[in-house]
Amino acid sequence: MQTLKQQWLGNIRGDILSGIVVALALIPEAIAFSIIAGVDPMVGLYASFCIAVIIAFVGGRPGMISAATGAMALLMAPLVREYGLDYLLAATILTGIIQILFGIFKIAKIMKFIPNAVMIGFVNALAILIFMAQVPHFLGISTMTYLFVAITLIIVYTLPRFVKVIPAPLIAIVSLTAIAIFGGVELHTVGDLGNISQSLPAFLIPDVPISLETLQIIFPYSLALAIVGLLESLLTARIVDDMTATESDKNKEARGQGIANFINGFFGGMAGCAMIGQSVINVKSGGRGRLSTLIAGLFLMFLILVLGNLVVQIPMPVLVGIMIMVSIGTFDWGSFKYLVKAPRTDAIVMLTTVVIVVWTHDLSKGVIAGVLLSAIFFVVKISTVKVIKQDIHYIVEGQLFFASADSFIDYFKHADIHEKSIIINFSNSHIWDDSGVAAFIKVKELLAEKGIKVEVTGLDASSQQIMQKLDHMSSSH
Amino acid sequence: MYKHILLAADGSENAVRAAKEAVKIARLSTETLVDIVYVADFEKAKSDVLHANSNDALMLERRKKVQNAEQVLREANVTYKVTILHGSPGPEIIKYANVNQVDLVVIGSRGLNKFQEMVIGSVSHKVMKRVQCPAVIVK
Repeated sequence: MQTLKQQWLGNIRGDILSGIVVALALIPEAIAFSIIAGVDPMVGLYASFCIAVIIAFVGGRPGMISAATGAMALLMAPLVREYGLDYLLAATILTGIIQILFGIFKIAKIMKFIPNAVMIGFVNALAILIFMAQVPHFLGISTMTYLFVAITLIIVYTLPRFVKVIPAPLIAIVSLTAIAIFGGVELHTVGDLGNISQSLPAFLIPDVPISLETLQIIFPYSLALAIVGLLESLLTARIVDDMTATESDKNKEARGQGIANFINGFFGGMAGCAMIGQSVINVKSGGRGRLSTLIAGLFLMFLILVLGNLVVQIPMPVLVGIMIMVSIGTFDWGSFKYLVKAPRTDAIVMLTTVVIVVWTHDLSKGVIAGVLLSAIFFVVKISTVKVIKQDIHYIVEGQLFFASADSFIDYFKHADIHEKSIIINFSNSHIWDDSGVAAFIKVKELLAEKGIKVEVTGLDASSQQIMQKLDHMSSSH
Repeated sequence: MYKHILLAADGSENAVRAAKEAVKIARLSTETLVDIVYVADFEKAKSDVLHANSNDALMLERRKKVQNAEQVLREANVTYKVTILHGSPGPEIIKYANVNQVDLVVIGSRGLNKFQEMVIGSVSHKVMKRVQCPAVIVK
């Protein structure tokens, strides 16, 4: 891994430029995600500023962008609706504490037990939910609304072919906001949904009663936020690792996310995490070091301080168009091929994850269901033992343990064996536990009753050890 | 003679044809090293990571992408190595060729039609224009 100096100063020019590009791309998303969460745009903007700046110092993956995100906004919406902003801030602080603990206890390792079927389901569900959140802002409002959404989409998808330096969403926002203002077009604007205050975030303590009841309200949300935040952050870290062909400290990243959310909550920001799309933009724009993340946060705040009163005039349909682009970019389009080609059980896990998330609007529930389902499939898969007969050789295929012992015994119970002596071959198998040995002893007895002699070959070393430990049982018989 | 030949590979049939031409040139000298270069495209990074079980599985997936070209060189007993780069295919190949001062670039052409070339842009065309060494485009 690089030294701290390299992480900060190894790529100054590239980091500054990409940081600026990311800041420009972050603003519409931070506003849109605030709207999804049901809070003022400032809450998402403050969060993006705080998280980006803090994670630049304490994160484990240089060059990764963290800010207010859709996944987190979707999770917190019900809390905001029922209890208001202060409870969200308290929940954000608690999310930070949980994530710091996850980092200390090296939870990042558990990530590898989450199968990719679940992760694919996760990004797809996220994309669908982000899209669904846009629907009320354009469906059946006015013809002008449809027109502006369409023009925004055309701009963001065609312009990058010709203009590479300035992000297309920014061009769409600037030009279409100007047209809407000067053309006097009737459209909903960001200002209709909340205020932008041109001031720096200030330290505050969320106005919630410090009681067990408060904890009971916020804890389920904080836990879900902590899990989903780490899931998306660690996936993003892997993507940045891959793009930059470098490694990163996942536990440090988990801790860093926690520290960022913890402080962020005290400055009026909503919980956030790493963003796949923005991190990819950062790396593609030449960002590699911690400086890029810091610049992204600082420049975003600078823009809001300078241009805040213009931001409230951005027409909602333009923002909706950009968020449709974000949801299309989030969706894993390789999933359709995956559904056909992947093992049937993986496809079911992926679909289940998507359906549960879309049903409950809760990414954490989908992930937990997906992981449980794939664990069940895994146990079912390895708990079947096949026996293949080749004249007097009986080749055992699969793992022999408590869950598969029955199917092993069943085979020999019903097998029609005419030979006086057979060989059971374990070279494609492994005996895991006492139940496995017991099953084998039972089979030996069963065959002995029929007058068939059994020989064993191909036992690996550790299976032999388990067998020897329990061998006295069969000899005492 | 050409000592360091860069062979661009992407798993396609065109890359195999390019490999065959690279062999013909490499055989002219015993000191020639063919450097098979595969670029893991930034645009595919998200889906590559999502669909791979682990980093090692992803590495293997990418090594498979150069396997068909590799086989051509192995069968011809040509000395070669495999390099995997990350970025946008055209610019990465150009940067690698120029920084390492390779003597020759061999690249297959995808055979796009006029329209596709205008929209997506041909990698081989970009490479040919901007490398500072001779380039062979294999049809």
